[in-house]
Amino acid sequence: MSKLVLTGVGCRFGDVAAVDDLSLAMVSGEFVSLLGPSGCGKTTTLRMIAGLLHPTSGTITMDGAVISSPGSSLPPEKRNMSMIFQSYAIWPNMTVAENVGFGLEIRRFSRADIRARVDQILEVVHLGHLRDRYPSELSGGQQQRVALARAIVVQPAVLLLDEPLSNLDANLREEMRYEIRRLHDEFHITTVYVTHDQAEAMVTSDRIAVMNQGRIEQVDAPRTLYARPRTRFVAGFIGRTNFLDGEVHGDKVVFDHFTIPRARFPEAGSLHGRVSFSLRPQSIHLHRVQVPQRSLGADEGACVIAGRVVQRAYLGEHWDYAVRPLDSALQLRVTARPHEVFEVNESVWLELDPGQLAHIHDKVAHPG
Amino acid sequence: MRWRHLDRSLLLWLLAAGVLVALVANPIARLLWTSVQGTGGLTLDNYVTAFSRWRYVEALGNSLILGLSVGALCAVFGVPMAWAVSRTDMPGKGLVWIAVLGTFIVPNYLSAVAWILLAGPNAGWLNRSWTALTGAAAGPFNIYSMPGLVLVVAASSFPYMFVFTRSALDLISSEMEDAATTLGAGLWRTTLRVTLPLTLPAILAAFIVAFLEAIAIFGAPALIALPGRFQVVTTMLWQFFEFPPKVEVAAAYAMPLLAITVLLFWLQQRIIARKGYIALTGKGGERRMVRLGRWRWVVLGYCVFVTSLSFFLPMLVVLQAAFAKAWGRGFSLDNLTLHNLRFVLVDQPLTRAATVHTFVYGGVAAVLALVLALAIAYIVRRGLVPYGRVLSYVAMAPFVIPGIVLAIGFYASYTSPPLVLYGTAWILILAFTTRFLPIAYANSDAALRSINPELEDAVRILGGGRLLALRRVVGPLLKRGLAGAFILVFIPATRELSSAIFLCTAGTQVLAVLLFDKSDEGNFEYLSAIGLILVAGTVAMVLAGFRLVGRDFMLRRTAT
Repeated sequence: MSKLVLTGVGCRFGDVAAVDDLSLAMVSGEFVSLLGPSGCGKTTTLRMIAGLLHPTSGTITMDGAVISSPGSSLPPEKRNMSMIFQSYAIWPNMTVAENVGFGLEIRRFSRADIRARVDQILEVVHLGHLRDRYPSELSGGQQQRVALARAIVVQPAVLLLDEPLSNLDANLREEMRYEIRRLHDEFHITTVYVTHDQAEAMVTSDRIAVMNQGRIEQVDAPRTLYARPRTRFVAGFIGRTNFLDGEVHGDKVVFDHFTIPRARFPEAGSLHGRVSFSLRPQSIHLHRVQVPQRSLGADEGACVIAGRVVQRAYLGEHWDYAVRPLDSALQLRVTARPHEVFEVNESVWLELDPGQLAHIHDKVAHPG
Repeated sequence: MRWRHLDRSLLLWLLAAGVLVALVANPIARLLWTSVQGTGGLTLDNYVTAFSRWRYVEALGNSLILGLSVGALCAVFGVPMAWAVSRTDMPGKGLVWIAVLGTFIVPNYLSAVAWILLAGPNAGWLNRSWTALTGAAAGPFNIYSMPGLVLVVAASSFPYMFVFTRSALDLISSEMEDAATTLGAGLWRTTLRVTLPLTLPAILAAFIVAFLEAIAIFGAPALIALPGRFQVVTTMLWQFFEFPPKVEVAAAYAMPLLAITVLLFWLQQRIIARKGYIALTGKGGERRMVRLGRWRWVVLGYCVFVTSLSFFLPMLVVLQAAFAKAWGRGFSLDNLTLHNLRFVLVDQPLTRAATVHTFVYGGVAAVLALVLALAIAYIVRRGLVPYGRVLSYVAMAPFVIPGIVLAIGFYASYTSPPLVLYGTAWILILAFTTRFLPIAYANSDAALRSINPELEDAVRILGGGRLLALRRVVGPLLKRGLAGAFILVFIPATRELSSAIFLCTAGTQVLAVLLFDKSDEGNFEYLSAIGLILVAGTVAMVLAGFRLVGRDFMLRRTAT
């Protein structure tokens, strides 16, 4: 278990900056995901941590020692790390046991010791009965488990995973997410996990670093990331959301044909000029009759706004409504439970909690 | 601390790059350098000497005539056969396929020997049959002539035309032809206006290859043109090397050959690269065979005729001669003997040694070429040294150097200090290695491309170095592909004549050179026996290749 610190790391390929001034500090035993769309630099970052790519600026340190810098990088074989690749990279010319035992062999463990450890880890990933099979005889999920076992058995200082589940079918993918988290809870290896799938990141990670165009937009625990996204990109990338743009006028924030008292926002003090918020569809509730007057304009509770349903879709687990506040050009997406049925064109009341309006700091410098 | 950051395998990669540059660049540089050497320093006198005599210029002209005629005759031979095999319901396609493969296997100089037996003035089988049938005093055929040479070279080079055209035809979907048919075009019109134009780039590319093969070839012209009292460039170059060797003039005289080859290969690559015109999408769609009806027997007849010229008749007379006491006495039991084969393989120390040399040199050269090619392909693919792409061009460069020109470069490089290899086996082995390096490189590169780099990354991240990754993962995975590549280098290396002829000495004879030397004596039974040994060795390797790699492995060479 090791402390991994990236400071101002950049990687340029010709004129293109794949990773740009990226900083991230991980504590020992932490599980951090790098989450972002394809081409955002997350795999490049991971490969730099592995030593398979060299940064063109910045440094990477492990337990205080510089392992990567533009001048020279410690080759991957001397970093005591493990990596799970998108292709699994299971060696087709070796059996399951030979694959898993390879790292131990390099570390000069005795033959008996290798055998014992391999058998033990294969039990952990439920592959004990397949130890003498060749990879071509295994299913995708089983190959994935071999890759996991091979990476973990050497007890690396850092475990790196590069989109390890992207080649599996949906059910298996869901199962393996929990498997990966279970193994982390068991072995507490410092882990960096690259994915473009937010659900994967949410299930597995202690913290998620959302990346966009070579930079980290926000690093936070999954719940914080979802509830309080700090940039428009993060809000849009993690789950679905509504963006509300308004302007501060005295003690009110004026939106398109409705206002909310400024004091009601958690960050009231820092709001001025033009402001933007992200509001999750689940944070809005629809009512057929107006909720008691007590909440309107008061300092506590929800705000209620009159509106009209413009579109709806039934998705089984929930309703998806598009509602337009009266006279407003804005369309809000609202998620409602299956029994909350409203017709298109029906007049409704939108109830929203200003406490759940997350202030978007797009002009703010990148954190870290 | 920094020394830990150094990847020590880097030294190995730099070494491989150094060997490659020395092997390929040195002979070419020395060739150019030698061509401007005079007694008093730099001079263009050699060029003046080389191109001021009518005899020398005429040989150049003859080579051009030979190349163009061979290209055209190859098209006449190969294109209809390719169409018949690819697009029609002609019977006996398997037979045609075997005959084409057989043609690949027979070296051109053996084909020349066979055609001397077939169409030599008076004594040739065809002439004797003619006089027997017609009662004429003399037969009409004389192989010792330009048309004779064109026939022999075209018959041994037409497989290029066949393979190129066929793979182009295989990619044209029937839908394209149907489009013409629905507009009212008949079979012949569709074939001539749609199918043929679509394959034209492939035909043109094959024409260039056949042309280049014809002007670079040494064996067949030496056996046919010299007795026929005319010269081509390669036989002229050979005469410059008769004692006392005029290496400087030879180097200058080789320049047009080199220039034409480089230029035409460049042109050929341009033609192949123009995919837009060819419209070969690769998907192809559904393909139906053209029904020929009664015509299919005519088409088959043509295929049999061509392959008889290229394979069946030559092999028949070579076999007869190899096992005959005297080939002129014809096919009869009392004429049969194993004496020729035994004489070549066992009794005569010179030929016995040559047999061993042939296969040992070929084998060593193939291994060297493969190791070097693999190292270079690896360096380039994994980007291990800066400007790696340059190395891939260097490795492919010998492809555009005629063997005879390369041999002159080797001769110029290694007959004088600092490194004297002339007279040893190494000059032959290194020349073969260099000459067939492109085959090894193209195959190694293709094999490496099929290996996901993550397989090596996985070794490294677990603590193994690059070399361990190569030994434990890449090596075992490449085994099959490299076995095929080994055979593809080994076969031409065992038969190579045009570079060996300049580099052999008394102690380092190989069979191809021996066959050529013995041709002066007119003992065709021995020549045939030597040729048969070479063919048998090749067939054994090809069969091994089929077992290891699959039926299409011979064709990969031409696909590059």
